[in-house]
Formats: sequence, structure tokens, C-alpha cells
Amino acid sequence: MHPRSYRPLAAPKCAAAPDTQGLTEGPLVTRAHNGRRQVVAASNAAAQALGIRPGMPLAEAEARLPGLVVHEAAPLADQAALEALGAWCLRYTPLLAAPAEAGLLLDVTGCAHLWGGEAALLANLLSELQAAGYVARAALAGTPGAAWALARFAQNSSIVPAGEEPAALAALPLAALRLPPDMVQGLALLGLERISQLADMPRASLTRRFGTAPHRALDAALQGEPITPWLPEAVLRQRASFLEPLLTAEALAIAIQRLVAALCDELARIDRGARILDVHFERVDGSVQSLRVGTAKPSRAPLHLARMLCEKLDTVAPGFGIEAMRLVVPLAEPLRAQQSGVAFGEAPPGDIAALVDRLSNRLGEGRVFRMAPTPSDVPERSARRVPPLTAPPAGWPLDWPRPVRVFTPPFPVEAIAALPDGPPAAFTWQRQRRRIRRADGPERIAGEWWRHEAETTALRDYWQVEDEAGRRYWLFRRGDGQDAATGDLRWFLHGLF
Amino acid sequence: MPQPSPRLADPVAALRARIATLERGGLAPAHGPHPFGHPALDAALPQGGLARGALHEAAGRGPEVEHGTAAALFIAGCMARLGGPILWAMERCDLFAPGLAMAGLPPDRLLYAEAGRTEAVLQVMEEGLREPALAGVVGEVTGRLSLSASRRLSLAAERGGGLAFILRRSRRPDDPALEEPCSAHTRWRVAALPSAPPLRRVPGLARARWRLELVRARGAEPGEWDVEACNATGHLGVVANIIDRSAGAGASATTVAELEYEYEPEPEYAPALIPPAGRTKMRRRA
Repeated sequence: MHPRSYRPLAAPKCAAAPDTQGLTEGPLVTRAHNGRRQVVAASNAAAQALGIRPGMPLAEAEARLPGLVVHEAAPLADQAALEALGAWCLRYTPLLAAPAEAGLLLDVTGCAHLWGGEAALLANLLSELQAAGYVARAALAGTPGAAWALARFAQNSSIVPAGEEPAALAALPLAALRLPPDMVQGLALLGLERISQLADMPRASLTRRFGTAPHRALDAALQGEPITPWLPEAVLRQRASFLEPLLTAEALAIAIQRLVAALCDELARIDRGARILDVHFERVDGSVQSLRVGTAKPSRAPLHLARMLCEKLDTVAPGFGIEAMRLVVPLAEPLRAQQSGVAFGEAPPGDIAALVDRLSNRLGEGRVFRMAPTPSDVPERSARRVPPLTAPPAGWPLDWPRPVRVFTPPFPVEAIAALPDGPPAAFTWQRQRRRIRRADGPERIAGEWWRHEAETTALRDYWQVEDEAGRRYWLFRRGDGQDAATGDLRWFLHGLF
Repeated sequence: MPQPSPRLADPVAALRARIATLERGGLAPAHGPHPFGHPALDAALPQGGLARGALHEAAGRGPEVEHGTAAALFIAGCMARLGGPILWAMERCDLFAPGLAMAGLPPDRLLYAEAGRTEAVLQVMEEGLREPALAGVVGEVTGRLSLSASRRLSLAAERGGGLAFILRRSRRPDDPALEEPCSAHTRWRVAALPSAPPLRRVPGLARARWRLELVRARGAEPGEWDVEACNATGHLGVVANIIDRSAGAGASATTVAELEYEYEPEPEYAPALIPPAGRTKMRRRA
């Protein structure tokens, strides 16, 4: 009988930080404070090869290896990364202890056969972690304590058959029992260094000196202890499976409405609104089709969300039918109930967020926008697109004429003008010569030297001109007409009034 | 035209209201008109302004139909006077937001939707017209617009109550597709006119002028007006050619008189571009 298998995996060297920037190239340590001393919090393989171990004073480590690369330890980021890794490990088993101490504890009882056996599961896990850039060790044993000890202190990754934990643990040091360090030192003074020595000692004599802690730890490692299941921050989801596969858009729409209504109740309970909503359609043939909609503001309005999803239904090919649907909220944000500050008898202020969502989902990301002023005098840089629900800052200065339509890029034209600063007398655009009756300018706009080297001396002279029919154009000439460094004197049509 | 007597006026007004209700299919309550604030224009339109909850159309004239800049500014001015958020849908955005801000549409009131195709522009307009939070919807349509598409938009506008404007554009000057029937409540053509000379001795440009043509209007006669372009609050100006007129004739009908600067240039200084304030005299010419 093999009741439970625990598979802790430990990455004792560099916590759980993926090695993405070649951090393991040379000796590297992270630094933390232990009281008033600076100590090595963690060290990589190259540093450990030189004898630099966690807990060593930083000064000593630097004395051993001048030029040692030292980074600040980030325990919170380490913990967050470990939790992300724990959430990823839920693919192997649904039962996982809270990630702590640079290790994860997975209860894979009854899950191993899905991966083709315990050895195959372990190999898959280790190769996936290695591919992701983690240094990891794993062990599989019948009790959490034994697995914890073997993953950290055994020579190589191992699987302990049921009932053989005492033999597997016998040679390991007492620190493998998760005893406090001073107790381990106290036991070492008595000559107790290995687990087998502790197991052989009469319990009564040790209890008088150290209390019951050593033997309780030993019993836990050999006979097992409960683990508290841990779940990553709840991902909201709803699932519906159907007796008969669904084929028509109408049926799918009804299913979506029901799922969304249930999901919105759940969102309301935790005061959140969805920002991104995914629907996965599981087809009879085993493939999955997905739809995604986003909202500009967190929302839990069932009608609105269902309508956005249903609008995209025509992109779903049901094949031989859809037998199940999953609704997942990958991104939810706080959304509290709000009192609308409306005076009696007044219409409530309009909210265009729902409209923005519908249009963005129909047209695509970034196709619904506002234009916001940017502090730049160069016309093409003076306005930029911003998301539609951000409030743009105050507008542009109204002292200078600006056209209502612009050409991007400006349209090269042939123009005649007196140098250095006469208005153009005529220009040719669309193969038509336009004589200029009146003009206003020049408005000189200098290049922004802090952006490009080439703009250091560049200039544009802008003219607002009116032709004989009264049409108004926005022309500019590159250069001031005197200094060749400011531009090549070519004329461009930039906009129309 | 003689003024109808008060006794007759009431039944006529009642009949007009009844016909307006019948035209709407008894659906929505009548929304108030949106006046131009230009006496001649408002007098020519049956409700004293553009009807809200209705579709209107504007386009350029001649070669101006390609970009329709004057028409775009005309629409921007109408929307600016309306207040509230505006949705502007087009196939590809070539609008310049600072220019629209000068016609009275600041960036926080204007929402752009780049739809890519004409059909998508119409869909976006319809979606926007259904949204009660929007005060107005503008759509730029290049080329042909079928009667049923415009009727769809008219119905959506009637239901929503917002002001809907469609800006017709075409790559062909004088495109016959722009003259095809359309269910718009009013159809406007906006063409540029040579502007008035700037203030004497001051270089620059005076306010632009447009010839505003009402090609078709439900319940009104077509007409033609010369106006001054929209100002920073979206109001059209009255063109006052007082100089060309004999003194006295029609002076009371004109609300804005043209002001001219007269100043004597300083002999010892080079002539300044802007008249020095101390020596400027503003005089009303009549």
C-alpha cells in the first residue's frame, strides 16, 4: 500500500528566481541583514564552489573573492515567484502545501498514473523546471517530512518506495528534520549528528534535556503529518457541460448568458469587476476554441459582458458540437458599489465605458481612442492617442492656427516664395497650380535637439495660406532660408483648414 | 409673407406638432432643436435649428469633397455648441485634434473610433446613437451610402435622441454618388469662400468664410448663405459687408459691424506688425 506520496522540490541555491540574465555566469551572492551584520542570503553554484555559503558574513565572502557580484536580496519577490511556481505546479496535482522556505510540497497521491508513473512525473517536472531556468531538486516519499529531507540533503533526486523511509533517512544529518539550528548544535555536542543515531537513542533521556521536539520531528518524518492545502489567489471561473453538444449560435449565446450571470454574482460577492474575460469552448473532437473580451473599466454587468461575448460568437466554429464551456476571468480589479451623486429629479451622468468596450471589442485594440495633448511644438508630436477612458489634460494652446486635417507624412509640393521669409506666391499640389491670395506666417518651429541629433539645427517655417477660391492650406518650408544647416528649402503641404 | 393671425397660429402649430409625432411613428418624444445662433439659418429651418434625434448630412463642394475640411469644421462647430461627449467615427483617422479644439471640441469631449471600412463606420455610428450618454455622433463615409443604410441611422438617431451627422467624402470631385437620395433630415454643402481682407495694414488672415448650402431639408426650403467660419466656441459668424453698402440701408438688420484699425505709423520706428495700443483708434465704419 502506498497511501500518500509527497514530492517536495527544493531549489536551495538561488531561491526560486529564474536565471534569465545569465546570473549564474560568475560567482554571485545576494545580501541580507542579520542583526547589524551583512550576511550572504543566497549564493549561486559558482560561489558555492568557492566555499561561499548562505549565512556567511558578507565581508568574509568578499575577502575570499574580491570582485564578487553582490545583489540585494528580495525576499518578497522570491516568495511571489515561488507562489507563481506553485500555481504552475497545480498541473501535477490539485493538493499543494503553502510555498515556503524555497521549496514546494506537492501531494501527488493518485496523480502519478496520469503522467505514466512516479518516475516519469518526476522527470517531467525536473525537465520543465530546468527548461524554465530553475535549479531544482526533487524527491518523492511517503511522508512530507521524508520528502523534504531527501530533496534537500540527499545526493541526488530519489523516489523512496513505501515503508522504506527509515532506511532512506538514516544517513542524513539532523538538520534534515527541520529542527531549530541551536537544537541541532546541542545534539551535535552529544555526538548525535545522523538521523539513525537519534532514532536509536532512548527517548526518555533526550526528552529531559531537549523536550519532545526531536522525536516529534522524527515521528513526523517517518509516519507522516497533515499538510494544509494551498491555492493561488482565486481565479474566477465557471464551467458548464452539456448533455447534448451545442451547435447553434443561439444555444451558445444562452449558455454564455447563464455562465456570465453566475460569474457576475461571484464577482459581486468579492467586490470585483472583470477586466478580461475568456470563454473556452471544448469541442467534441477534443480541441478548444477561445474568445477573449476586455473592458476599459472593471465591470460585472451581466448584460454588457454577455453581449460583448455574443458579438464575437460568429468567429467560433463549433465543428461536431461543443460539449462544455469554461468562463475564466484572468484579470479582475476591485469594483465597489458606488452611490451616484445625483440630485433629485436629475438625469444620472452618462457613462460611456460600456460603449467603449463594445466598440473596442468590435474594432480591435487601440481603434477607439482619445487624442491627448503632448508638450511638444512639433505638430505631429503635439497629439497622441490615449486609451478612451483616461481623462486627457487641458487642451492645446489656441494662439496658433492649426488645421483640421493633416497629412502624415507631409506632402511634398512645389512652391515659389521670396527668400528668406516671404510668403509662398503659388504652389502645385495634385497637379494643380494654386495661386495664393493671402497668407499668414511664418510660424517658426525648431527641431527638438533632445530627441534626434539631426533635429539640432532643423527648422520649419509654417504658413497658413489661402488660394483664390478661399481654400486654406498649411504649408511649411524646411529651413529658415538663410542658413543651409537649418533645412533644404523644400516645401511641404502639412494640412488643410 | 403676412404674419398669420394669432387665432390661426395655434391650430397650425398644433397640426405641425401632430404631423411631427406621426412622422416619428409615435415613438420618441420630440427633442428640442439645436439652434445655430445665426438668425438667417435658424429662421430658415422649420424648428428654428437642427433637429435633434435626427440624421444630418454635410459634404464639401467640388474638389473639396475629398477632404471635406470646411464640412468637418462645420460639424465640429455644431457639436461644440451641443455640449457633452461626441463620438467621431471614420475609416482612417486624418483629423488633427488641435484643429478640432480650435472649433470648440476640446480633447476630453471627443472620442475617436477608427473603423477601417465604411460598413464598420456605419455600425459604430449606430452603436453610438443607441448610447444615451453621447450627445452626438459623427461618421465620415467615403463614397456611396445606400438609402437603407441612411434610414437605419435615422431610426437609430430618432430612438437615441442624439445629434447625428454624416460627413460624406469622395475621391472624385462632384461625385454623383453624393447626390443620391439620403434619408437625412437636412443636407448641407459647405464650400470655402475668399475671406475678407484682414485688418488694414495688419498682415495675416481674417476669419475664413464659407458658402453654406442647404440642399435639402425636411419641411423647409433649400437655401444658400454666406457665413463666417466657426469660432472657438463653434458659433458661425454673420458676414457683414458694410463697406459695400450705402449708409443706412439695412443697418439695423446687421448685428456685427466690421471694425477696422486705423493708426498712424511712428515716423522714427520701423512699422510694427501689431499696432501699438496707445495710438490705435477703433472706429465703427458705416
